[in-house]
Amino acid sequence: MNLNKGNLISALCLGAFGIYVISVAAKLAYVSEVGPGPGFFPLWLGIGLVAFAALLIFVSGSADANREESQSSSRRTAGRALAGWLALMVAIALLGRIGFLLSFVVLTIFLVVVLDRRPALLAVGVGIGLAVAFQLIFVVGLDVSLPKGIWGF
Amino acid sequence: MDALGNLLLGFSVALTPINLFWCLTGVILGTTVGVLPGLGPAATIAMLLPLTLKMDHTTAIIALAGIFYGARYGGSTTSILLNIPGESSSVVTCLDGYQLARQGRAGAALGISAISSFIAGTIGVFGLMLVAPPLARFALRFAPPEYFALMVLGLAMVVFLAGESMVKALLAMLVGLWISTIGTDLFTAESRFTFGQMKLLGGVDFIAATVGIFALGEVLVNLESRGGAEIFKLAKGFKNLLPTFRDLKDCRFAFLNGSIVGFLVGALPGAGATVASFLSYGLEKAFSRHPQKFGTGVIEGVAAPEAANNADAGGALVPLLTLGIPGGNTTAILLGGLILWGYKPGPLLIQEHPELFWGLVASMYIGNVLLLVLNLPLVPLFAQILRLPYYVLYPLIVGISIVGVYSVNNSLFDVWVMGLFGLLGYLMRKLNFPAAALILGMVLGDALERALRQSLMMSQGELSILIARPISGTLLFLAALILCLPVLRKVRYWRVAAIEREA
Repeated sequence: MNLNKGNLISALCLGAFGIYVISVAAKLAYVSEVGPGPGFFPLWLGIGLVAFAALLIFVSGSADANREESQSSSRRTAGRALAGWLALMVAIALLGRIGFLLSFVVLTIFLVVVLDRRPALLAVGVGIGLAVAFQLIFVVGLDVSLPKGIWGF
Repeated sequence: MDALGNLLLGFSVALTPINLFWCLTGVILGTTVGVLPGLGPAATIAMLLPLTLKMDHTTAIIALAGIFYGARYGGSTTSILLNIPGESSSVVTCLDGYQLARQGRAGAALGISAISSFIAGTIGVFGLMLVAPPLARFALRFAPPEYFALMVLGLAMVVFLAGESMVKALLAMLVGLWISTIGTDLFTAESRFTFGQMKLLGGVDFIAATVGIFALGEVLVNLESRGGAEIFKLAKGFKNLLPTFRDLKDCRFAFLNGSIVGFLVGALPGAGATVASFLSYGLEKAFSRHPQKFGTGVIEGVAAPEAANNADAGGALVPLLTLGIPGGNTTAILLGGLILWGYKPGPLLIQEHPELFWGLVASMYIGNVLLLVLNLPLVPLFAQILRLPYYVLYPLIVGISIVGVYSVNNSLFDVWVMGLFGLLGYLMRKLNFPAAALILGMVLGDALERALRQSLMMSQGELSILIARPISGTLLFLAALILCLPVLRKVRYWRVAAIEREA
């Protein structure tokens, strides 16, 4: 990732976020009957975010920007990480429907087969093995409840 | 001589077979819940409290206290091996502990963690024995302005957590402080930044956020390289899996720093082990001969926070037993237990029930020895987890993270939060924002805001209350000094560069 560009984008995002914090805090009371109100602390946080984001833009403007060549490979590797994250979020969405055990096995298969290009049989073995280990250690051994699906496990 | 006589009385109580058995059971249970993220000592003690009603009360407090300080031992294991903080007080241990594991020194980090926990735990008990009543009286002098100043001092530690950019560290800290404001305002019961979600009224779950940022963030970064080179190395042979004499020598000040800071912060109700671990890490880095190496796998970076969070356990019992004031969730439940058994924790507890107080103190000495004896041989065994191929290790980390976070409140919402924080952790790594600074803001934000607003209520809006009182004024002066350190370093760097140019 281009460090200079990354700094600039993150500073702009944080600056915009700071403005959002200020706008919400401004709607809350700055002073209440008992003293400082609920808007007091967040308002100053928002101001701080905007101020330091502006400083980051200033600092990133003075940094060197010779990192163009690594951009395409960075995008590819970031894509793999984001695919992994999306798979995790899908697995979390499935937790309430098909339960922890099945959604974990599905997630493991995706991580091992799609992202790591390993044989499917190995992925299924790892997924089932770990799921059984979790069930034995947490549910049986420690009486921890895990999300259950429509089939009751 | 009085203390020695009392301690002998304590050992005569603690060394009975039944008390030894329950001390051992407590520390094993504590270590187990400490290792697993989400399963905290507070929940475990709360679950077991009804079972202690029929037990001898001294035996019961020995068992429950064993869970309390045993959890601090276990908390470091997943922090070092998997970058998953087992306890909130083990977050700082991730910074250097996980880096040491990546360099093949997981055994040394785990060993140092066990040794520093033993040393600090023993010093904490020693402090509890000798200075409990006067320290408790001093802690009572901490009013909201002093707590505010202490929290500012804690936030000043961001200077030592900043990597390449101080501005980024401050921005991350501000975001952490903002996250701490999410939920219901304790003063007016108004909701803030909840985005219409009822489940955010109680705020963002700390464990969900830290596990997401540290564990999932790390997994996502490593997913970038498919079938990459072996990431984790591991020394061969039992001897090489333990800390060397050099490691112990390097950590001698970290042991002392962590023990003293942990005990003193622990004695302050509401401050907590997490604050102690951040403070001791910052101090260790400030006085280190190689501060630039912190965060890349420095053994003192493990020793100091681990010592602090274990000494804190002894310190936390000071206000509980001498004033009847709990410092946190776990000690609040212990206080409930003491009241349930018919005791009145307060200044007279030690005189009226010496067998309970001194029996507990002696059992903590024994418990610390038991923990060291149990944990050191387990170090090489735990370290073997890093021999797992990454296609097993990463699903394992994701699975433990989901189970750990879900088990705290049985809440799928918390698992979603963890997932979102995982993405945030990944982006922070990619953009070089220090995640520890965000966590520092999250930890201290709530207490900082509360103390500031209470202080301003006390003074009717006069900010001078924060600097006019001697303790808060001193702490704020120290915080200002720490915040000026990067500027002073920069000035020194420019001066040296100018002199070199002239030469």
